[in-house]
Amino acid sequence: MKTEIKIAFKNFFGGGIKSWLNSIAISFAFVFIIFYYGMIDGWNQQTSKDAIDWEYGYGHVIHKNYDPFNVFSLPESHEAITEDFTENLTPVLISHGNIIVNYKANPILIKGIDPNQNIVKIPTANLKNNTAVIGSKMASECKLKSGDSIKIQYFNFSGEPDTVNFKIVEIFNTNVHFVDNGQIWISIHELNKMLGTQNHATYFIAHKNFENINSETWKFISQEALIKPIQELINTKKAGAAVIYILLLAIGLMVIYDTVALAIFRRQKEIGTLAALGLTQKEILRIFIIEGIFYCVGGIIIGLIYGIPLFYYLARYGISFPVSGDSIGVIMAPIIYSVYSFELIANTIIILLMSSAFISYLAAKKITKMNIVDSLKGKAL
Amino acid sequence: MNEEIIRLENLSKTFVSGEIKFTALKDINLSFKKSEFTGMVGPSGSGKTTLLNIIGLIDKPTDGKYILFGENSQAFNFRTASAYRKKHIGFIFQTFNLLPVYTVYENVELALLLLKKTESERKDAVMQALELVGLKDLKDKKPPQLSGGESQRVAIARAIVKKPEIVIADEPTANLDAKNAHSIMQTMIRINKELETSFIFATHDEKVMLYLSRIIKLEDGNVSEDIKINS
Repeated sequence: MKTEIKIAFKNFFGGGIKSWLNSIAISFAFVFIIFYYGMIDGWNQQTSKDAIDWEYGYGHVIHKNYDPFNVFSLPESHEAITEDFTENLTPVLISHGNIIVNYKANPILIKGIDPNQNIVKIPTANLKNNTAVIGSKMASECKLKSGDSIKIQYFNFSGEPDTVNFKIVEIFNTNVHFVDNGQIWISIHELNKMLGTQNHATYFIAHKNFENINSETWKFISQEALIKPIQELINTKKAGAAVIYILLLAIGLMVIYDTVALAIFRRQKEIGTLAALGLTQKEILRIFIIEGIFYCVGGIIIGLIYGIPLFYYLARYGISFPVSGDSIGVIMAPIIYSVYSFELIANTIIILLMSSAFISYLAAKKITKMNIVDSLKGKAL
Repeated sequence: MNEEIIRLENLSKTFVSGEIKFTALKDINLSFKKSEFTGMVGPSGSGKTTLLNIIGLIDKPTDGKYILFGENSQAFNFRTASAYRKKHIGFIFQTFNLLPVYTVYENVELALLLLKKTESERKDAVMQALELVGLKDLKDKKPPQLSGGESQRVAIARAIVKKPEIVIADEPTANLDAKNAHSIMQTMIRINKELETSFIFATHDEKVMLYLSRIIKLEDGNVSEDIKINS
């Protein structure tokens, strides 16, 4: 094998500019595959981090009746907080209501949260009586700014519609539209008072040291389980990206196939000579396979030369997207910082090398059937 | 000197192309001894190259026996035949068949690379072979930079560098002018004498015949004459 590698190595370098042009073509596929997947991985990582920072904490303990996608489940999905559920948990109570803006009522979720919490990034420290914080998207939709007063319509403890005024004390910026769009955040004590409930919660945000408590009323959902749907959604984008991956890989491999197939046609005499010198056809086949792999190795090296600065730039300064995440139903920061893991680069290299070996084999396998005498005359194909 | 290395018994070769059959060699019975300098002569289509190819183990006879170093070649599979070629047989082609991307040194070295010789062994042998063919100074040139005569010398060096028992040369002077052809033949005679290598040529160059110690004349696939010349 060492001899075949040596011969293939010399042939690769002997090919001069032709060899490097092939490698440059393959390098485009290599760099683009890593760029694309690095971007998706970066998006995934950023999204997961944002979701944890703003919404999930270390998991949620939800009321058994609570369905975050069904607003009608809210009246039946809160319960008084018992002593077991006071440590390492931040309670959140949810009610539905309307915000009155310019004489129009817009449906919203009123979320009461412990003002002293520090597990999620929602700025709750200034939440006192009749104060609220909202996200920037909500503020933009309702044309609100910090210091504005708003009127909230809700159903009180007797089931009657009631109104209350709040002052917006802070507008926060977040990529997590699940804590922003159509929501106002107030103190949980205030919301309990409005609803006539005593220390009720709809769900809790778990802290790092929270240990699951067996309860018939409350159900613990781990951080991983909460993030899973986001990651699955992003992974479906990754699956879509696989089409581009396959396409790029196919272009790179076609370059190798063409080069190897053409080389065999052009170098029939050389094949015959190598056979006459004592190489078996399988050994000659190996030389051409290794040559194909060298085109790929060259592509990887070239790709790394211009790819590393590019990847570094994208990881450090990110890439901005004109599309906002909530318009496509996912959490998405305006700037995505690519993440290039060792696994991503190693896997791409392994896949490229294995595919190039396979495609070179397909292109070169006819060598095993070539007649030496005809090869020496250049008439074997 | 009288050691028999090759024996051909009733050897025939027929090529089939569709429904057309062409018999290139018919019942050839020959024997070659160590360090013979043999030329097979005859017109085009007489079977010289086919016979050389069979002797060089790059083709197989249709009938008959080819005994090489006492072994019946019929029993050789591709791997065994390759191993014999690698170690015992050198080839010189009419069109030189040098690898264009390799230097002169690398072209000659290739034969030794396949034999897994160490770098220092390879270096010594390559330089010795290049010295023998008078190309030591051109070792870093590549084939496109060489003349026909120089290229053929490289091919000779490549054929003899592993010190094979047999060198097969198919029309080695056909692409050379008279001066270069003479020089090449002189080189091969010297190698034949110094290394006791057996040379078997195919040629229809009458000038080459002057150098041969044995002439086998082929006509229509048959041996018409087998002449031993006392030098």
